[in-house]
Amino acid sequence: MSLINKLNKAFDHRIRLGIMSVLVVNDHADFKELKELLDVTDGNLASHAKALEKEAYIRVEKSFISRKPNTKYIATDLGKLEFKKHIEALEKLISG
Amino acid sequence: MTTDKYLDDIKEIKSLMNKSTRFISLSGMSGVMAGIYALIGGIFGYFIIEKARENGTRDTLSRLTTTPWDQNPSLQILVVAAIVLFMAVLTAFFLTKAKALKHKQKVWTKQSIRLVVNFMVPLHIGALFTLALLQYNLIGLVAPAMLVFYGLACINAAQFTLGTVKYLGLSCAILGLINTQFIGYGLYFWTAGFGLCHIIYGAVMYYKYDK
Repeated sequence: MSLINKLNKAFDHRIRLGIMSVLVVNDHADFKELKELLDVTDGNLASHAKALEKEAYIRVEKSFISRKPNTKYIATDLGKLEFKKHIEALEKLISG
Repeated sequence: MTTDKYLDDIKEIKSLMNKSTRFISLSGMSGVMAGIYALIGGIFGYFIIEKARENGTRDTLSRLTTTPWDQNPSLQILVVAAIVLFMAVLTAFFLTKAKALKHKQKVWTKQSIRLVVNFMVPLHIGALFTLALLQYNLIGLVAPAMLVFYGLACINAAQFTLGTVKYLGLSCAILGLINTQFIGYGLYFWTAGFGLCHIIYGAVMYYKYDK
C-alpha cells in the first residue's frame, strides 16, 4: 500500500502524464504542439494544464507571435523532480 | 490488472518523450541508397585516380582551379563526389517525406529542424577545416578529416533521431582516424565509410524502423 501512496495524484491522468513527459525532455512546448502530440481537444488540454500549473509543476508564458497569441508551457524544477519521483514509483510497482 | 496500467503509463511516457524530441521518420532505405551511390562514386574515383597515376600528375589547390577539365583528376573527383552528395540528399528527402506521410507526420517539424541544425553545424565546421587542409596542400588528410567530421555530425544528430545513426557516426569517425595512418588510401576509406557503412546501418534502420 505504501508504494502506491508514493504515486503522485496530480499525475494520475493520461493527459497530465503526457504533458509532463513532453515538458521534461523539451525546454518548452506550445499549446498547438502539445495538442498534436497528445491528440486531445483544446478544452481538455487547457483544463489539465491548469491543474498542473496550480500545483506549480508547470509554468505558463503567454505572448504574441506576429500578433497571434501564443501559449508556452515550461516544466518547473519542482515539476521535474516530482515527475521523476512518480516514474520511479511506477517502475518499482511494475518490478514488484 | 493494476500493474498493466502502470506499465501502460510508462510506455506512454517513453513514447511521448521520444516523439517530442526525435524525428522518427528518417528513412533507413535512403541510407542504403546513399551508400550505393557512394560505392558507384568510389568506382568512378578509382578509375580517375588510376588514370592520373599513369599520367603522373600531382595535385594542389592551385592546379585544381587552373587546369583544364580533362587533365584535372581532382576536379573530376570533386564533381563525382558532388553528384553522389546531391543524389543522396535528394533521395533522403523524398524517401523521408514518403515515410513521414505514412506515419501521418509532417516533414518540417521542430524535431526535424533540430535534427538538421545539429547535423549541419559540425559538418560545416568540418567543411571549412577541410578547405584549410586543401589550402596548405595537405591533400592526404582531406579524406580522413571528412570522415571524422561527418562521423561527429552523425553522433551529434543521433540524439534527435533514430539511435542507429550514432553507430554510423562512430564507424565513420573511427574509419577516418584509421585513415590518418594510411595516407593515400583515402578513396578506399571513403568508399567504406560513405558506401559500406551507410548500406549496413541503413539496412539495420530499414528492418528495425521502416517496416
